[in-house]
Amino acid sequence: MSARTQILASIRSHLAGCASAAPPAHRVPARGRPADVVATFIAEAERAQATVARLSSIAAIPQAVAAYLADHNIPATIRAAPHPVLDTVAWAEQPLLTVTRGRAAEADLNGLSVAVAGVAETGTLVLCSGPGSPTTLNFLPDNHLVVVRSADLVGAYEDALARIGEIYGPGTLPRAVNWVTGPSRTADIEQTLLMGAHGPRRLHILVVDDG
Amino acid sequence: MRSTIADFTANARKGIADKNLQAALSRLSEGFPMKRLEAISRLPEFKQLCDEAKQIKDHTLANLADYLEAYEEKATAAGAHVHWASDGADARDIILKICQDAGAKTVTKGKSMISEEVAINEHLSANGIEPIETDLGEYIIQLRDEPPSHIIAPAIHLSKEQVAETFRTEHTEFSADRILTEPRAMLDEARTVLRRRFVAADVGITGANMLIAETGSSVIVTNEGNGDLTQTLPNTHIVIASIEKVVPTLEAAATILRVLARSATGQDITVYTTFSTGPARPDDPDGPQNYHVVILDNGRSKMLGGEFHDMLRCIKCAACVNHCPVYKAIGGHAYGWVYSGPMGAVLVPGLRGLAEAHDLPAASTLCGKCQDVCPMGIPLPRMLRDWRTRDFDRGRPTAARFGLKTWAWLARHPRLYRLVTTIGTGVLMIFGGGRFRWLPLAGGWTKTRDLAAPEGGSFVGLWKRGER
Repeated sequence: MSARTQILASIRSHLAGCASAAPPAHRVPARGRPADVVATFIAEAERAQATVARLSSIAAIPQAVAAYLADHNIPATIRAAPHPVLDTVAWAEQPLLTVTRGRAAEADLNGLSVAVAGVAETGTLVLCSGPGSPTTLNFLPDNHLVVVRSADLVGAYEDALARIGEIYGPGTLPRAVNWVTGPSRTADIEQTLLMGAHGPRRLHILVVDDG
Repeated sequence: MRSTIADFTANARKGIADKNLQAALSRLSEGFPMKRLEAISRLPEFKQLCDEAKQIKDHTLANLADYLEAYEEKATAAGAHVHWASDGADARDIILKICQDAGAKTVTKGKSMISEEVAINEHLSANGIEPIETDLGEYIIQLRDEPPSHIIAPAIHLSKEQVAETFRTEHTEFSADRILTEPRAMLDEARTVLRRRFVAADVGITGANMLIAETGSSVIVTNEGNGDLTQTLPNTHIVIASIEKVVPTLEAAATILRVLARSATGQDITVYTTFSTGPARPDDPDGPQNYHVVILDNGRSKMLGGEFHDMLRCIKCAACVNHCPVYKAIGGHAYGWVYSGPMGAVLVPGLRGLAEAHDLPAASTLCGKCQDVCPMGIPLPRMLRDWRTRDFDRGRPTAARFGLKTWAWLARHPRLYRLVTTIGTGVLMIFGGGRFRWLPLAGGWTKTRDLAAPEGGSFVGLWKRGER
């Protein structure tokens, strides 16, 4: 008998005679239904040690990226996702910023991604893998910058899941769905909380109002 | 993972005498429980969400075989290879075979208690494949060749000085006179070392916090990002998950995620929550080409339908561990294997048998705090008592049995009982006048405490004399 047959048979025989339990009604807590989704998202993301800049349009992205890197004394290079939103911006406006596109490699210091959604209840970014969104960008670079449109900010996890369902079809997910809440951290040495364990040391979110 | 469960008493003594451990345990009691309370205070519906999470698990367990089949169907459709392992030996063989087929030399690992349970590291090493733990805590204890002492904070028992010492011994590529006094420097060093291992690894192994039947996905939650680098960079990703990890839907997963991190570290949510569904798609720029899932039973299906059925609701948050007065006195290594604290004391006898693990359910004051803080409402104290009952039925030492039987017989004969206690009290008063450090036939009791000598006869005697 295969292990599969044996395990399933063992489960069924041990459960024989057990009462079936109905699944509960689903509840979304009130903090997933904030009055001001954008303000709550920003406040919660900052609470998780992310930083947030609010931009009036997609066109402002190159300047915002350059300014962030300069403010933190980080070399002006960025590995940007091959995402259509980032195709349209005029990177040439920032001649001192070196922009390359594609998945991240070990040496990439800074990464730029575009999120599918942002969840206000915990300030969580939702990134979906695909041609325009390499997963490596979310984890390899020291500094991770993420664009999210304010129109894509939602209250609760369920809203983000529904948005993914609209894009990929119900019950279907891209290979990786990454919920990201603040920069990487650990408290494994004497419970001392430190940022930048294995993933990004910094997470900077660009909330774009138009587009 | 080697087991020293049978040496519980000696292990516990060692823990109590270990100054580093005691300092670490007091940091633990100030850390996680306080943060948990703060997190809960920010979510007024916490209790209701816990009830719902419990009902989700009850429903899933009652239909477990169906949900596992549904999960397998969806995962397979997404390109996953699903394997089934009845026990640890099955799981080790399956994982080794996948690694060998991938031509693996090194394997990175996300933190997975199931992988500790089946001792995959030892098996890979014995077959010439190097496993590298990447969670900082797991990495530290791997270097020290120790088991985890806490299911979510595996190196919680160590001081930063001990970690520094370990790094000095193991990281010989750095200059010997480097400054390694602060956790920041240690973390940066580990990050540098592990980054190379992440990039070079041929296979990545992670556990799963959940499997989702609706989508065929596996879910991991981490704070460091190590689990994601483990499963994104190598060409092959292996997930190992026990049978009870499956949940029906993404919505159900959302409810469980809302209570998991809050109960565990007191975060609203962990930094990274990742849903993985199959291998890289044709147009994906990265991600593993092969995605395997090993579903492990290892004694769990036998717990279904019986008195320990509810234990399979456990989501491994460690709230019970963080609040347990016994764990906080002796530390996790005393429990001798992978799981510690109240959840370990209930789970381990189920997985490894009572003959080996009978001391663990006895190591509880039954204060009930574990059940109070369990987001899944698992009746841990009741189960600890059930294990004790079973252990007694199994046959405890003859002396204890004889003593208890004699006492029970005496207690059913009040006149005789009063006579015996009056004589006993009288004798103790003659020799007493203070405290007894040792008493005949009660050496086990007086070994760890003194008995106060009686001062004024028995309560019944006082009552009779009218001294009320």
